Amino acid sequence: MSDSVNTLTRRAFVKAAGALGVVGAAASAGMVVDRVPKAHAAAPAEGAERIVWSHCHVNCGGACPLKFHMRGDEIVYVETEGAGASAAAKERAFGATQARACLRGRSIKHFIESDNRLDYPLRRVAGTKRGEGKYERISWDEALDIIASEFTRITKTYGNEAVFIQECSGVEQNIMMNNPFFRLFNLCGGVVTRYGSYSSAAISFGAYPYTYGKSWGNRSLKTIQEGELVVFFGYAPNDMRMSGDGAGYDINVAREQKHARVIVIDPRRSELCTNQDVEWIPIVPCTDAALVAGIAHVLIAEDLVDHDFLDTYCVGFDEKTLPEDAKGQNLSYTDYIMGTGYDKIEKTPAWAAAITRVPEERIVRLAHEIADAKPCYICQGLGPQRHTNGDNTARAIMVLPQLVGQVGRPGTTSGGSVGNSGIGLKSLPTGTNPIKTKFPNYLWPEVIRDGAKLTATNAGIKGADALKVGIKMLVNYGNNMIANQNGDINTTTDIVRDESLCEFILAYDVQMTDSCKYADIILPDLTPQETVSLSAAGEGCDVKGIRFGQPICEPKGERREVYEVCGELARRLGVYDEYSNGGMTREDWCRKLYEEMREKNAGMNLPAYDEGVAQGSFSFDIEPSDKVDDFILDPKANPLPTATGKIQIYSPELAAMAKTWKLGQGDLITPVPVYFPGYDGPDDVTDEYPLMICDYHYKGTVHSTYAVNPAVNEMTPFQVLINPIDAEKYGISDLDKVSLTSAQGEIRTQARVTNRVIPGVLMYPQGGWHSADMDGDRIDHGGCSNTLTSRHCCPVSKGTGQHSVIGRIKKVEA
Amino acid sequence: MTQYGFYYDATRCTGCHTCEAACRDYHGLSLKMAFRRVYEVEGGLWSQASDGTWITDSYAYYTSISCQHCDNPACTQVCPTGAMHKGENGIVSVEEKRCIGCGYCALACPYKAPRVDREVGHSVKCDGCASRMAAGELPICVEACSMRCIEFGSIDELPRGTRAAVAPLPDPSVTQPNLYINECAAAQPFGSLDCRIANAAEVD
Repeated sequence: MSDSVNTLTRRAFVKAAGALGVVGAAASAGMVVDRVPKAHAAAPAEGAERIVWSHCHVNCGGACPLKFHMRGDEIVYVETEGAGASAAAKERAFGATQARACLRGRSIKHFIESDNRLDYPLRRVAGTKRGEGKYERISWDEALDIIASEFTRITKTYGNEAVFIQECSGVEQNIMMNNPFFRLFNLCGGVVTRYGSYSSAAISFGAYPYTYGKSWGNRSLKTIQEGELVVFFGYAPNDMRMSGDGAGYDINVAREQKHARVIVIDPRRSELCTNQDVEWIPIVPCTDAALVAGIAHVLIAEDLVDHDFLDTYCVGFDEKTLPEDAKGQNLSYTDYIMGTGYDKIEKTPAWAAAITRVPEERIVRLAHEIADAKPCYICQGLGPQRHTNGDNTARAIMVLPQLVGQVGRPGTTSGGSVGNSGIGLKSLPTGTNPIKTKFPNYLWPEVIRDGAKLTATNAGIKGADALKVGIKMLVNYGNNMIANQNGDINTTTDIVRDESLCEFILAYDVQMTDSCKYADIILPDLTPQETVSLSAAGEGCDVKGIRFGQPICEPKGERREVYEVCGELARRLGVYDEYSNGGMTREDWCRKLYEEMREKNAGMNLPAYDEGVAQGSFSFDIEPSDKVDDFILDPKANPLPTATGKIQIYSPELAAMAKTWKLGQGDLITPVPVYFPGYDGPDDVTDEYPLMICDYHYKGTVHSTYAVNPAVNEMTPFQVLINPIDAEKYGISDLDKVSLTSAQGEIRTQARVTNRVIPGVLMYPQGGWHSADMDGDRIDHGGCSNTLTSRHCCPVSKGTGQHSVIGRIKKVEA
Repeated sequence: MTQYGFYYDATRCTGCHTCEAACRDYHGLSLKMAFRRVYEVEGGLWSQASDGTWITDSYAYYTSISCQHCDNPACTQVCPTGAMHKGENGIVSVEEKRCIGCGYCALACPYKAPRVDREVGHSVKCDGCASRMAAGELPICVEACSMRCIEFGSIDELPRGTRAAVAPLPDPSVTQPNLYINECAAAQPFGSLDCRIANAAEVD
């Protein structure tokens, strides 16, 4: 760091503050502004320091307590669970549970006090287009009147199926989430809903239902036994689940205290494979199913599979356990692997090596290691299933532990996700939605565009054969989906900009996201730390805990929280008494839902609500179960909820769907999980687009929320990872400014030449904030990965294929 | 005299930068200023076999450091005013009123621990969170680390690792740092020319 940088920072700050004052004055005079007006200068820090507990939650899987040290309205600094001299040494010790916040939570001051915060309700200026970003300040009453009247108009004209509330990843973990909108609209005739999420659609809707009938057999990393072999496919807990009670911590403890040997299969050397003496096996993205096939070949050819397990619990490993109507056609998994069925290619380790670029010798040795390990913990992260072949990849990885009988027992997981348990805190009840029609989450732009053309067999519509109507009113609360987190921003925003399609868009957020700029009305939210909040311990953490939250300061500007705002809408729509259950406040709900949870956990001696608020949080460790699963103990008495009641390596449901569903280019539905490269997969690279570009969840930001925080960007800048071999080939040096281009668009970012990525692949963090001249060259200088991603989704689940991208890199002038 | 120092268990570190974030937050530092920094080192090569598969002996590892409160600190020796001094418990800190902000300490320290903050007009550095110590608390970085990598206290009572001898740190014999490290498997010896700092732009 040079001294001049500091001086410059200070000057820049003074200049920016002055500029904001001018904008604020213009706004109050009712003029059109490009930027969000500011209501408040930073209040001088006065008076004694006071402590307020809240927590950090941005859907990373954790929910870390934050102990705010406040002076006036200003955050002095934050601490976390276990802070202070009173914490006992044994609670601090390695292996004990303390929900310690990561760099994201510890940097939250810069997020909450950001200049980019929304302060007032805004209306898109008449005559301007969505995406132009021209807004004028209006009163809350005006804004609420418009929203209520548009809801009434649209539901009268098109029916309630024309209203859609997007998922709210940014605030998903507290008891409110976006439930106030559902609660309100369900009292007014309901809304069309989505199934699946950007996170886990393929594994949840394309793999588990056809393999286990549900999410089954998942145990946390705490089940790992002494000296056990652990194999992770694309699972990187130390890159996102970094809290002191999270999965990243659990694997670190298992490695040190249980002497677990960990192998990670990933295109990128994740943080787990840095200091931890964990082996990294680099693999080409999209090809995990081919690696599994190569391993399966060794296990079958050398007769290392667990025949008793496969015969008793599984369907379709070989001919004798196939369903009757599938017999005699070489449709078993063994037929696929040994080249006697399906594509008639033998899936030898050499075949797998050519696709995965993992050396043949390493594949054979991995097969032997897995065959010898009892128990063996094999799981996958959510990266492998976010490709266009994600359904089959997720199922294929699940088959691997099944082949060696390593599911349903202590020391194992399902081959799917890492499991966990929680304390059972319920969210705000949403009532009953009279509308049963659902569509796959990823397809909301297509629902806007194509509406009634979307059917059960061409778009996975559930609860109806087809949609009745497209989305005419979109509620974009706490998510930044429109122009950031959804695939292919250029296509998506073209759809959203057409006002003849979606007629009304409401954005409601804490910051002026690029998505907000496509809204007709923008509302300013409080962050969860600025209002009363209540969350269970992180959903990705295997702990029982509660995080309480009190407002750290009085609301600034005219920011208001969602439950109260939906209450104001409820008054306008004539359902306030039902909505508020007779006048309950946000805090009343926190208290009620907490006390209901406390009654259910009567044996735990949990503190009463007010005591909990005073202490801020509590966390209890969970002892892993030593029980064998009921299905394994007695599969006849305890069948799985699949079509056959067993674990399905061969799925009869998928065999039927393969005959009726309409599929896109590169898509495939198969009854056994075969490898296929998928749309824009490794077989699609060309001279024009010679590289695979794969985005990932980054430790500084996880999702998009904190990508606007300069404090984390300073420590963990957005950079594209490129192997030195590729860097030389394409003339890229470390820290060069580069453009990444796909058929969908172009971004600008910085290159990081590093050994931490396999050649032929660029790894790029997701979450950067889109920033482009959308009426000009559309080059995204904000570096959002979704400028590059496509609309192509998985064939079965219609889950996102955002990790399947082909493109090129080029140095540009800084 | 009791000498305080740090113990760092590198085998647990995942390079998350939380120690650095907590330090910056607690001390109210500007985003360009850091008392604690996390270095990322990498090395090794990639090669392609005739069948197209990739083989690599590459590695990457992190080292989190602040001030080492050395037995033989370079910063105190070059300080023209005596502002930079070794005090009670062996903690090296700046007496702000005496510091003229000349920057010799920043130039002399092989760990780049002291830095001159032009906004306040003097050198700034890790003081072991003196205010927290006075209240019987641990330094903020110690409490922040979710992996429990960092310990702080009397050097005689801390776990004994190796006296800070990994790349990219300098030869420990020069200043005799009070930083002991449980080295990770990927660690390279100090002075190694086979590896490089991978995040130089972020730590300097």
